[in-house]
Amino acid sequence: MPTVVIGSARDIVEQCGVARFVFTDFPLGNPCGKPYDVNMQHAIVGIALDVLETARYPRTTVQTPFQWDTSGEWRETFMRIAPSAEKS
Amino acid sequence: MSEFDQAHRIVVSYIDKSREYYLARGHANPYRWASHADAPFAPLAKPLSQSRVALMTTASRTENWKVREVSATPTSPPPEALYTDHLFWHKKATHTNDVESFVPIRRLEEYAAQGRIGSLGPRFYGVPTDYSLRRTVDEFAPAALDLCRTDEVDVALLVAL
Repeated sequence: MPTVVIGSARDIVEQCGVARFVFTDFPLGNPCGKPYDVNMQHAIVGIALDVLETARYPRTTVQTPFQWDTSGEWRETFMRIAPSAEKS
Repeated sequence: MSEFDQAHRIVVSYIDKSREYYLARGHANPYRWASHADAPFAPLAKPLSQSRVALMTTASRTENWKVREVSATPTSPPPEALYTDHLFWHKKATHTNDVESFVPIRRLEEYAAQGRIGSLGPRFYGVPTDYSLRRTVDEFAPAALDLCRTDEVDVALLVAL
């Protein structure tokens, strides 16, 4: 069956190996677009449909053109290791 | 991302991050992620404009997510909420109150109305995440494929939170 994965954990999906992957570089949780941003969601789903049609080989990855914010702080705050949790 | 240190990879590695996170908590035996030398690839059998599209999610219909089985839920009407608290999404940075941000039923219906796709499948499928790769490959994947065949869908759009 032809498939396309939409996701935000690029390394996990690419290491697994899938037919087609649409990557949105967002914090995990909203790979189809920001909450309530209908236009962005429509665009990302549209890219997934395009990739279904146009990919010729497995492990095709296409990155969507969206950015979560300008600071990128979310990259540091997920699974952050607090000093108290580190082994001495 | 003006402040980003360009000596480091920009895209987050969740494999590295989770390993280091649990190692710092004393878990020295890191998770072995799925890794396949080959990836399957099926070309479209017919144009998308004539294809019925299935939607799969790792979200759960109810709080009873510990019942690990593949589920099927009508796409009409779209669910107003799905249960995601058990999944590892970024709870400090975002939320999952808008189902369309991870199960885009309405967005696919828009494409069906435009004729971009033939139709959306009558049900969307919930596929549990599981520590066991074996259960994912041997139990959940075949069960999801059976649902696709029952609903006579032609292509599948898989969304992982």
